[in-house]
Amino acid sequence: MKRITKLETPISFISSAAVGGYEEKRGPLGNKFDFCDPSDKFGQKTWEIAEGEMGRVALNTALTKAKLSHEDIGLLVAGDLQNQCVASSTGLHSFGIPFVGVYGACSTCTESLMTLSAFMSTSADLTLGAAVTTSHNAAAERQFRTPIEYGGQRAKTAQWTSTAAGAFILGRTHGAVEICEYMPGRIIDGATADGSNMGGAMAFAAADTIINYFNESGESASNIDYIVTGDLGKVGSDVLKEILIKELPGVERLHTDCGLLLYDFSEQDAHSGASGCGTSASVLASHFIPLLNEGKIKNILFMSTGALMSPSSLLQGENIFGTAPLIRLKSTIGEKE
Amino acid sequence: MDNKTKKELIIKHSPGSTILKNSILAFIIGGVVCSIGEGLLMLYSYLGADKKTAGTLVTISLIFIASFLTAIGVFDKIARYAGAGTLVPVTGFSNAVTSQAMDAKSEGCVLGVGSKIFTVAGPVILFGLLSGVIYGIIFYFWNMILPFIN
Repeated sequence: MKRITKLETPISFISSAAVGGYEEKRGPLGNKFDFCDPSDKFGQKTWEIAEGEMGRVALNTALTKAKLSHEDIGLLVAGDLQNQCVASSTGLHSFGIPFVGVYGACSTCTESLMTLSAFMSTSADLTLGAAVTTSHNAAAERQFRTPIEYGGQRAKTAQWTSTAAGAFILGRTHGAVEICEYMPGRIIDGATADGSNMGGAMAFAAADTIINYFNESGESASNIDYIVTGDLGKVGSDVLKEILIKELPGVERLHTDCGLLLYDFSEQDAHSGASGCGTSASVLASHFIPLLNEGKIKNILFMSTGALMSPSSLLQGENIFGTAPLIRLKSTIGEKE
Repeated sequence: MDNKTKKELIIKHSPGSTILKNSILAFIIGGVVCSIGEGLLMLYSYLGADKKTAGTLVTISLIFIASFLTAIGVFDKIARYAGAGTLVPVTGFSNAVTSQAMDAKSEGCVLGVGSKIFTVAGPVILFGLLSGVIYGIIFYFWNMILPFIN
């Protein structure tokens, strides 16, 4: 069974925007974010609505950068971390764009870009689409863990859910940064029910996707600048590296992780790193898209990693499952026509 | 890769908790909390409360202080270093109830705060009461058989 789909129609990034909160502003990428609210509240009454508002600000910024109106966008693919993806509906309803909601835990960013580009490549009328991904630390803590002001110590393997959003406008046209391939991830058993070690659980899904990609495509590692995972953090990255050294020696050197890029480990209490679907979305929008846009890097494999579980499934002792969809992005800067 | 190999791989790369550092910090900060309690006990006794009333007042005071620190967003910052030092004394219980009440406030007074306030502290209340009952039963029968043993 073939898993990689090559996009015959060019799908390119028209614009992207990253929005974050207090910790994200303090991090190494803070100055590259389009907007950060140090209160994390985005002027809203509740954390849940704040997450939606963050997505609205991100999409609005991306539209403004692209000099487009919401009426130009034919399809919106969005997702977040809340139950029933309610942040996407409360935040993005005002745009009035036809909507497809996606949920892949922290893999939502890649999942939404993959879904949107698949839709756009098969529909000639769909010339412009938008993808939005959000996660909010306080809303996630409330839903998955303990109250926000609860005083407890977190395990060293735990990660910090980012308060971040990424919005992308894709066009059915050639551009500086294009999506050329996508590959959905499989559901891989993470072999642990420890909710404080999601990075470790997701590493096997990331490994599965990377190994399958290189085996199926026969691609040489020298053609890829980076293999970017979403939020494996320190633990997950170490596990992934050990697997890759054994299975695809040399490839492990290309690996980098958004969860390791968002926060400054010496200054911020991030433990194993950042998590949450907004992590990969905001790091892609603020860091990798600009690098591709300037032609500083040419080819990346971008794969957000999702830990598929619920508070109930964890309490019932079920293992965390991981998934890691992949998109291949290329920079066309300097390419001969 | 089977699940056993995966599990070993995760454990190999997972740093454990810094038990020694955590224990020392918990010992010091827990000691400080208890010293504050002891200081308050002396203060209330000095002000004229009998021993039992002074003890109750100390508990109430510590609950209030922890609750207040939770409300102004300071408690969790202390607890990050203190660990069991603030969790084990009555301060931990106070924080668990207050933080949950603050969280549930947006969901309304009755179905929000009312039904969720003991979500975190609930097990302590339930099993605390239950062990009290069990201890009471043992105590009751022990007193009954005690004359026969003697």
